[in-house]
Amino acid sequence: MSEFVDILSNPAFWVAVLRIATPLILGTLGVLLCERAGVLNLGIEGIMVAGAFTGWLAVYAGAGLWGGVLVAALTGAVLGLLHAFLTVVLALSQHVSGLGITLLATALSYFGYRVSFPKVSTPPTITPFQEMDWLVLPILAEQTPLTLLALASVPVVAYILYRTPVGLAVRMVGENPHAAEGQGVSVVGVRTGAIVLGSAFMGVAGCFLTLSAFNAFFFNMVNGRGWICVALVVFASWRPGKALLGALLFAFFDALQLRLQQSGAAVLPYQMYLMLPYVLSILALVLVARKASYPQALMKPYRKGER
Amino acid sequence: MRLEKRQHSSPWALVLAPIGAVAFTLLVSALLVRWAGAPVGQTYALLLQGAYGSVFALSETLTRAIPLMLTGLAATVAFKARLFNIGAEGQLYVGALAAVAVGGMHDGTGLPLPPMLLFVLMMLSAALAGALLLLGPALMKARLGVDEVVTTLLLNFIVLLLVSLMLDGPMKDPTAMGWPQSVALMGELELTKLIPQTRVHTGLLLALSLAVALWALMKFTVLGFDIRALGANPRAAAFSGVPVTRTMVAVALLSGALAGLAGAIEVAGRTSYLTLDMSPGYGYSGIVIAMLAALHPLAVVVASVFVAGMLVGADSMSRAVGVPTFIADVIVAASLISVLVATLLTQYRVRWK
Amino acid sequence: MTDRVLSLSNISKRFGNLVANDAITLDLQAGEILALLGENGAGKSTLVSILFGHYTADAGSITVFGKPLAAGDPKAALAAGIGMVHQHFTLADNLSVLDNVMMGSESLWQVHTRRAAARDKLAQVAQRFGLTVDADALVAKLSVGERQRVEILKALYRGVRILILDEPTAVLTPQESESLFAVLAHMVAQGLSIIFISHKLAEVLRVSDRVAVLRAGKLVAQADARNTTQAQLAQWMVGHEVSPPQRRPSQRTGQAVCVLHQVSTAPARERLNGVSLTLHSGEIVAIAGISGNGQAALAEVLCGTRRIAAGRVELMGQPLPHAPSQLVALGVARIPEDRHDVGLVGDLPVWENAVSERLRSPVFSRAFWVKRRAAQAYAKAVIARFDVRGGGPATPARSLSGGNMQKLVLGRALMHPASLVDTETHAFTPKLIVAHQPTWGLDIGAVAYVQAQLIAARDAGAAVLLISDDLDEVLTLGDRVAVMHGGHLGQAKPALDWSRESIGLAMAGAQDVAHAT
Repeated sequence: MSEFVDILSNPAFWVAVLRIATPLILGTLGVLLCERAGVLNLGIEGIMVAGAFTGWLAVYAGAGLWGGVLVAALTGAVLGLLHAFLTVVLALSQHVSGLGITLLATALSYFGYRVSFPKVSTPPTITPFQEMDWLVLPILAEQTPLTLLALASVPVVAYILYRTPVGLAVRMVGENPHAAEGQGVSVVGVRTGAIVLGSAFMGVAGCFLTLSAFNAFFFNMVNGRGWICVALVVFASWRPGKALLGALLFAFFDALQLRLQQSGAAVLPYQMYLMLPYVLSILALVLVARKASYPQALMKPYRKGER
Repeated sequence: MRLEKRQHSSPWALVLAPIGAVAFTLLVSALLVRWAGAPVGQTYALLLQGAYGSVFALSETLTRAIPLMLTGLAATVAFKARLFNIGAEGQLYVGALAAVAVGGMHDGTGLPLPPMLLFVLMMLSAALAGALLLLGPALMKARLGVDEVVTTLLLNFIVLLLVSLMLDGPMKDPTAMGWPQSVALMGELELTKLIPQTRVHTGLLLALSLAVALWALMKFTVLGFDIRALGANPRAAAFSGVPVTRTMVAVALLSGALAGLAGAIEVAGRTSYLTLDMSPGYGYSGIVIAMLAALHPLAVVVASVFVAGMLVGADSMSRAVGVPTFIADVIVAASLISVLVATLLTQYRVRWK
Repeated sequence: MTDRVLSLSNISKRFGNLVANDAITLDLQAGEILALLGENGAGKSTLVSILFGHYTADAGSITVFGKPLAAGDPKAALAAGIGMVHQHFTLADNLSVLDNVMMGSESLWQVHTRRAAARDKLAQVAQRFGLTVDADALVAKLSVGERQRVEILKALYRGVRILILDEPTAVLTPQESESLFAVLAHMVAQGLSIIFISHKLAEVLRVSDRVAVLRAGKLVAQADARNTTQAQLAQWMVGHEVSPPQRRPSQRTGQAVCVLHQVSTAPARERLNGVSLTLHSGEIVAIAGISGNGQAALAEVLCGTRRIAAGRVELMGQPLPHAPSQLVALGVARIPEDRHDVGLVGDLPVWENAVSERLRSPVFSRAFWVKRRAAQAYAKAVIARFDVRGGGPATPARSLSGGNMQKLVLGRALMHPASLVDTETHAFTPKLIVAHQPTWGLDIGAVAYVQAQLIAARDAGAAVLLISDDLDEVLTLGDRVAVMHGGHLGQAKPALDWSRESIGLAMAGAQDVAHAT
């Protein structure tokens, strides 16, 4: 018991929580935008890998850290555009298209990595984002700028969704696309825009891993974080504020299990602790399943004119 | 731009479309070969040669195709019922785990049962393990409405950690020098080789018969009707008397069992050990294969040989020319997307406004 | 000469081989209510969809207030002043009335939603046209009539000057329809011009100034509503003389076949609340009421797809079995409301659909195996006897037209495999027929066919439960008629004891609900 208190009272723990939460916040916001518009985007895992790779490669090639972030966002946007074309324009299965993009983006990234660095066994490193000492607040001062970006994104996305006409259009398109069409709003246009923006978020979530959390690109780096974001969106009932909460909660448990292992208080094999995040995600899904109020048009293909 | 449904789609189109799509993919992947700085023609020639160009190459391809056929069949039966089983990877490992648990040389000798009986037991427990793993998410979907995509995906990670745990502890190979692998399978339980001096084993016959069996099930049995009706239109299926939950359970058991068997057959036929890197994503590739085969069990065999060929061919090509092996994964993933688009185009015409 | 606000010129549209609109030329005058009349499939919905921009015409042009209208774009139609109230409401349940109404009215590049201004504007518009709504109510909680009001307000909010209404009274009680007509008159007084689609003759004559009749895609007649009769309209609609539907009352009513005693189902959007009813052989009991008042629950209980929570249901003295296959084996013929989504599995071939509800019986399966040959032979027999056209046993069911799908569903329900052996007249009559909106969406020929089959089955001794939101059908076919409202079923009285007014009141729940027999 005292180990818990020790861990929780240590500010370094909370620093870790925010750090672990950052890609989850960005990724979950990305999925949220897509699903609010009625489209499931299972490409997130692959988009995060691609964002991690291209962002890091750009920095390695001399683009500067924010240049790398931009490249990662663009990578995500392009992959999102592909997903939008397949699912919105062609109305193909959203599940299969998303999985295909995950497989394709991951394969392309690994291929690109090997082509760029054929003979290395350890990946070359870059200088990642530094902690923001100029920010005088505790815990936040030890974060990197992308974490601030993630935190700031939450109210921005909320504002867009709930206080702007385009946000209302996104929500309408996710609830009843025929209604949107009948009011002169292009379903294809709005859905594509939401998916592209959401996927850009996912790309940035990926590059946080290579430009902030670590300083190089590894295979299996993303390790299921994308899927966890998909679960978190359901847990958050598709609301940005709850998405932040969910990401922080999840990061809390993840950081906790890491610290427990390190503190030596771990009695169980380390794999059981590593399982915790995934088990919690499943649990979260089960708990909210009953009262989940899905955007009504989610996962239903929309063909214009077909009634 | 919009889509307009075609009046007639010729049956030839449905067969030619996937082939055309794959050809298109190979054409586009040539760009990747250029990026790697290798000559395109030679690269593809080596790829095909390494896949199908000799008895040895063919045997390697068929060996790789065996688990792919089984995970492909697992995805086929699940997707046919609209149960999106993305957990075949985990079900494969859990099947392998069960196989080693039953048939491994624990304490030096393993279980004292006649080999024939032990073999059957081993296979059954692998199937059961895979089936039970998928049952959870399937019931969660049927009863609670929880989307099975994420639950099956997350279970993959959990299973892999479980296997790692087992390999550190109860199933650890006492003879391996720190390399994480399990106890070896009993020699008598290993599958015999079909062609001497190669790795292709009788598991191929098992996979082929399961493909035929699944095809027969879907086409000729009441359960097959139930599955197809449920996947096509759940409300109409319920109306006509299809027992929805029971059918969903049957589908989950079948799909999980097939993936579990994939794991057992890999252990018994190829590796003899359970290791963490036993499956380079066979579970996920199975999904691609199922889609390439348009969810037809017999076409799964063809699609598996194609995908296996790409993977094997890329290995040997890479050693010669240096293009990273990941090109095979790119080709497979891109084939999935292009086949989807091509199949759509057989049913819809593109109209520019 | 009055202004022409809208001019359609030579509009043609085909979907594959089907000619939906054939060179239609039509005008709309300022301040008039033009009714567009035609039976199902005549092309009315297609024409207005072209006008509103959901479809693009293959040929022809449209002029609105003197300016040409850009094709295929609802935004252009709205900008030109055309609005549409769809037959199936296009509303988002999870959003509020205000959100639904104002969506799309502001530029998507605008940085902030002007909610307060929108709320005021909505209140003004609502008051101007006499339509009251609660701007913050969640649409999911609104009644059907209220939802229609929101649909209308959506158009009025955008300042449309031409309003199209597609079958607006399909979901309203007679009294609610009257209120709607008053609103339409109000709109005309405020300067709007209206196009009103209907297939109900009396209504059309009552409400409109002019009537345009479509038949098989062509405009066959236009007339002044004051100078036309229902008989003339019917003749134009069908192309030949139509005699008014005859009543064919039952000759002989027999024993009780199915008894419902104080049946209730679990609380849900649609449910049954203490429903009691007895169905005798040789009679048709017709249930009237607006869709959504529990009829679907009643049908589903008798079809085996919904469990009851209280009360009991008996079929020939025994408790009603749960499973659909058992019901079918006992002689219950089920005709569901939605032939597309519930009756047939579109992707499967006709023969599998024909035997789907009897698949588990020994005739069509043995252990796990399906007896394919027997099943395909049976399907051929059903197709032949019920004149199902558009494909053979191997054709996917979705390729059939709506009318042929319904004939397949009917044939499947009314035939019995044993009749294959007995090739003379099929000696099988179901004990109970549950027909839920059996003629919905069918053209006049198909409607007559279905109704004739139901009457023939009744005369052969079947008990028929007919649920329909078409009052004419209810009053013509029913021997006894009961009205459903809010989950309660009123007393089933002989058809002749009801008047349109008394039925309308009951449909709105105005009468006390007594226990039915």
